[in-house]
Amino acid sequence: MALLRRPLLVLLLVVTHQFLQLWIVFGSVNEEGQKQEEFFEELLLKPLPDRKLLTHFHFQSSAPPSSNGRHHHLFPKAISQLVQKFRVKEMELSFTQGRWNYESWGGFDSIPSSNAKPPGVELWAVFDVPQHLIDALWKNLTHTLSGLFCASINFLESSTAYSAPEWSFPPASGNLRYGTLPREAVCTENLTPWLKLLPCRDKAGISMLLDRPSIYRGFYHSQRLHLTSTGSGSEGLDPGIILEQTLTVVLLPNSQRASLARASEKHIQPSWSLRSIFGKEVSGKCVLAENSNVYLLLDRGLVAELKQLHKEDEESAEKVLASENYWTNPIFELSAKPDRIFIEESSLLSKNSSILYKFEVEKYSESEPFDLGLTWKIPVVWLCQQAPLHASRFLMGSGNERGAIAISLKSTQSCEGFTGANFDDERCELRVDVFQVVPWYVKVYFHSLQVFVDQQPKAVSDIIEKIHVSPSKDKVSPGVMELVLKLPCSVSSAALTIEFDKGFLHIDEYPPDANQGFDIPSAIVSFPNFHASMVFLENDSLNKSPLLSKFQEKSPVMSYTEVLLVPLTTPDFSMPYNVITITCTVFALYFGSLLNALRRRVAEEERFLKDKAAKKSGRLPLLLSKLSAKLRGRHSEPPHSTPGSSSLVNSKLVFKVILVAGLAVCWQYYFS
Amino acid sequence: MAETKVKSHNDDKPKPRVRPIVRLGIFLVSHSFLVSVVCCTSGVLALFLLPVLAKNTYISENALMPGSASPMLSNQHVLDGNRLVKDLTNSNLKSSETGIGSHKIIAQYMLDLGAEVSFHKFHPQMNQFHPLHFFSSPDSGKIQENYSCSSYGINTVGIIRAPRGDGKEAIVLVTPYNALKSGFGEALSLGIAYSVFSLLTQVTWLAKDIIWLVADSQFGEYAAVAAWLREYQTPKFSSSSTLNAEMCPDINNLFEIKVHSVAGSKFSNSFRRAGTMAAALVLKVRDQSEQFEDTISIYAEASNGQMPNLDLINVVNYLAVHRQGLRVNVEKLRSLLNSSWLKSLGEFFESLAKVAKRLNPKCKFGIPATEYVEGTATLASSLYYQALGVPTGPHGAFRDYQVDAITLEISPKFSLDKVWRNDILLRGGRLIEGVIRSVNNLLEKFHQSFFLYLLTSPSKFVSVGVYMIAFALLIAPLPMVAASLYVDANSSSNCSKGDSSTPPAITDADEHGITIRSWRWLNSAKLVFIVHLWGAIVSLLPYFICQIPDCSPTTSFVIWVLLSILSLLILNTVLASPLACVKASQVKEWALVKSVTISSVFIGLGLMSVINFATAEFGALLLVPMCLLAQPLKLDVRAGTLRSFCRIICNLVLGHIAFPPAAFFLLKGMLDGFGSANVGDFWMWVESLWAWNSATYLFIGMVQLPCWVLCVSILFHSC
Repeated sequence: MALLRRPLLVLLLVVTHQFLQLWIVFGSVNEEGQKQEEFFEELLLKPLPDRKLLTHFHFQSSAPPSSNGRHHHLFPKAISQLVQKFRVKEMELSFTQGRWNYESWGGFDSIPSSNAKPPGVELWAVFDVPQHLIDALWKNLTHTLSGLFCASINFLESSTAYSAPEWSFPPASGNLRYGTLPREAVCTENLTPWLKLLPCRDKAGISMLLDRPSIYRGFYHSQRLHLTSTGSGSEGLDPGIILEQTLTVVLLPNSQRASLARASEKHIQPSWSLRSIFGKEVSGKCVLAENSNVYLLLDRGLVAELKQLHKEDEESAEKVLASENYWTNPIFELSAKPDRIFIEESSLLSKNSSILYKFEVEKYSESEPFDLGLTWKIPVVWLCQQAPLHASRFLMGSGNERGAIAISLKSTQSCEGFTGANFDDERCELRVDVFQVVPWYVKVYFHSLQVFVDQQPKAVSDIIEKIHVSPSKDKVSPGVMELVLKLPCSVSSAALTIEFDKGFLHIDEYPPDANQGFDIPSAIVSFPNFHASMVFLENDSLNKSPLLSKFQEKSPVMSYTEVLLVPLTTPDFSMPYNVITITCTVFALYFGSLLNALRRRVAEEERFLKDKAAKKSGRLPLLLSKLSAKLRGRHSEPPHSTPGSSSLVNSKLVFKVILVAGLAVCWQYYFS
Repeated sequence: MAETKVKSHNDDKPKPRVRPIVRLGIFLVSHSFLVSVVCCTSGVLALFLLPVLAKNTYISENALMPGSASPMLSNQHVLDGNRLVKDLTNSNLKSSETGIGSHKIIAQYMLDLGAEVSFHKFHPQMNQFHPLHFFSSPDSGKIQENYSCSSYGINTVGIIRAPRGDGKEAIVLVTPYNALKSGFGEALSLGIAYSVFSLLTQVTWLAKDIIWLVADSQFGEYAAVAAWLREYQTPKFSSSSTLNAEMCPDINNLFEIKVHSVAGSKFSNSFRRAGTMAAALVLKVRDQSEQFEDTISIYAEASNGQMPNLDLINVVNYLAVHRQGLRVNVEKLRSLLNSSWLKSLGEFFESLAKVAKRLNPKCKFGIPATEYVEGTATLASSLYYQALGVPTGPHGAFRDYQVDAITLEISPKFSLDKVWRNDILLRGGRLIEGVIRSVNNLLEKFHQSFFLYLLTSPSKFVSVGVYMIAFALLIAPLPMVAASLYVDANSSSNCSKGDSSTPPAITDADEHGITIRSWRWLNSAKLVFIVHLWGAIVSLLPYFICQIPDCSPTTSFVIWVLLSILSLLILNTVLASPLACVKASQVKEWALVKSVTISSVFIGLGLMSVINFATAEFGALLLVPMCLLAQPLKLDVRAGTLRSFCRIICNLVLGHIAFPPAAFFLLKGMLDGFGSANVGDFWMWVESLWAWNSATYLFIGMVQLPCWVLCVSILFHSC
């Protein structure tokens, strides 16, 4: 039977293999009703006002709900297994190094509000299971991800490290768990497993540009993985999954010219090309990708500035910028011809609209690689659109006992469509959500919350519409504070302060670098009334591009505050050693005296002493005996005059010793 | 007492064994005179031995790695710095009234580098005496109304964000600058700071943010830095006084800075922050210079004798000496340098060391006499400034917030040509760069090395474990003498009673008498308590005297003295009147008073040594001999021996010296000469002490003065 069965098995394998191959080959051509797994690769480039360049890689693979079990063509199997096993409905994991500069890189677009992340690792996940199972699943998930991405995400397993926000975190849902590791160092070893999830890895297509040295030379890089599973596997179907992988890098184009001619060329934006940034070019698309596009985004502020520069022409600058003969543009020059140009629909919020140039990588090949370059001709200065309020957070106070956390919100005057956002008849109000997690050893007193609006103290109930607080439990759970603030629209500055005591940790709870201090993770400040979205005029082809459809989604404007470093009292870590030493000393003393007491017979000793004293004579021993008697609290008895031989020997011995020592000293002194 | 008990027993009986430690105690108490003489002399000797026992400094924190990277500061940066110096001196020649122009120039230079710039307006706060504010953490200050436009200062702050850092920590570089009358030195210090700053905007290794604070020193360097720190650490969110500043026209003028650079620089009206401060460096360049080589002086003492971590000084010293070839200097007491007795003491130690070395070649004891003299001078000044409790520079403001900070003062050798200027810019800049780079390497805050130490040279220190021995030896006799005095007082009265009555039969009345006698010390304790209470009142009096308007220091001082005497008299009549009748009946009353005084002094010195060691050491040097020697003059006069004569002289001299104002004038005379002494000076000095919240003031008021009064009362005791 066994013999028979084996060839059968082999045959079956061969047949299925053949079938699979056929299926893969014709998979893309398969025009049946069933949806296919898809992969998109896109790259967005955006010049930033402070001479830097934002590059945003966006890869999306999607697997439709299917019943054919474990087999995937393009979709990474690890992810689908993870989704199935842990019943993840939505999850986001980000690795970030550096800080997103909200002031100069903007805080209102959809790129900063969904891709600007706090330094270190941030993970949140929504589970599709009943409440009581979530924590167990979260713990397993952290371990799996930790293995998958070579990072210490497993530290999020402990209940002191994660929290369950109720409603202030944007994908608000009861089944959410949220955790951050602000101190995690991000490195290539986290990027490699992330690249492994792409069907072409970094061997073809846009991902070829991911040159490690140039990425990690950047001022900010954030590598993000977002997955949503649609249609839970209810009737035996596997859930459909959309996996979105983004890498956001802010780079400084290194132009040699700028360093050479410092004074004169200082104000002109540096020119760049893909080759000069990444040292590589794109030679065609990844064959497995549905489409592969590169976009160049000129944001609203920049377009407005360009319009200003064009004013003398009196003709619509938009037309010039959008027209086909872009290279005649007197302000900048593109090295490649865009395939399409999108203009943003002007919205209520701003009169200006951004412009998007689209380049299709498909048309380029090995022999003719794609290299996009932008050369500025005249200096341009613009500002990125900012979130209505700029949030910053800092520590107050000094000393090792207590302190205070302050979140200050400052109005950014540049936001022009500010008042148009939320009309409540006369009372215009600005809603701000604050979500703050505080580790347990920073013991926050929630009653000490104070609110200041425009430098005037306000009653907490006037400003805070809704508050949810879950106090920390020592060594069990962190403190979570969720707030909804209603500020008047005319607010220029607002501040929240809350006081805390610094707790004590057990000696083995300290990390190895305890003297560095302890981190308080970033607070999240979001503005639910403001939505970052860009709606483009020509809607027909946008459905094909996940990046652009992402832009059109209405996502609330979010910003992260700084990570704070709280110096806590640290014990003297050599203390265990000292304790051991002192305990040993105490033990030795105790046992020594115990033995002494057991061994000693008092009466006999008295007699012995008397005998000894009787035998003593000589000057020096007399003195010594007097001294010792004094020390013993006893009167020296007059020595008997019978000189014994032993005392003679004794005094002689002392003399001899002194003589020898003296001789040695003299010898040493004169002959060395 | 134990001794008397021993005496009373018969020799034939088997003696009860007393435990060795008790026996030792009894032995020491009974020989307290010998012990106190030995301990005191050895304590003073140990103090003089400290320079010999000083260890070489070493960099304890491995992460610092000073000098392991070659300096990146190039001539280009130096030229940039030079440009700023030139612009500043030119703008000063134009002599604007308010100095707004130079603030603008500095801000413009910072902006051009791509830094975040903000101005911080502040009003200088007068330091006032708050009786309950000693040791309290710095608060955000009193809001004062009605600021005038003329009395404000402007700090210019530039911040570089570390390109890849997470912004949790920051390093602060401070350059005091007085826009109204700035010397060339201040401009040069700005030049050095600017050249470093321009380098740091380009480097990739930064992990901590850099804050460059140009402190407006027209109201004093400390005030500006303290105001900025107060705003940084304990800001006031609700304030009405800031509005006043905006109304001043020339401040608004300040904000009209053109931000025409695209390098990401931001100029803002609001206060800007970076993370937790890791360390701070204050950089100054001295105007006049007479040295033969470029030297750099380190000032480290903060309020109440707190010192920055030794590693910070080590890094500066290492980089300055071994990398930049600068001579490092720590403050010395110049008057000690030429004293011949110190030199001979040094020679004695040197010869002693030679002998020791002959005997044992491995013995590394002793230093050359010249080095000893220098070490002692440095140690003395180190002790002096710590004891004073007044910070020696703007770095003191940082220490109040647990930030390690030092002041570096570069005094260049005299020359004014351009090559020299570039040279000092380059070397100073490289030194600062190296220190910042080292601190930047730190993963943890400074914690490895010592916080309690005394410097005997820039590269030698005495740690707490060593210098405490000298102090402990000095105060060790106090409890013994107190105990022996108590025992004596009790036993002598016992004996006097015992002579009259028959020894074996102890009646009930006698027993009662003994219990009363054993509690007799309470009377003396009451006296001591009253005098200490008076001390507390005396130290509170200046708070009220301050309120009197238009008072010259001399009159204030006189009022203070009069009020003190008055309060002493009142306290004496109100509280101590029952004491007088008891006093008359007892013979050895003064011994008990002395015993309680000595124990209170011991407690006071012990407490002070924890708060401020140097003050306690100086206090012990004065108080211990005075307390130990105090004896009623009448007794000594009656005795008429040579010994008692010596004691009278010693008592009189010490009684004069230990009086705080007398000690102050004596010290001042020794340092500055007696010609300039003025009664008001003491008032001024005391005022400065409480303005800086110095614990020395409390020590003088609540330990030294009561002790002196008690000792004097013992001297004039009528027995």
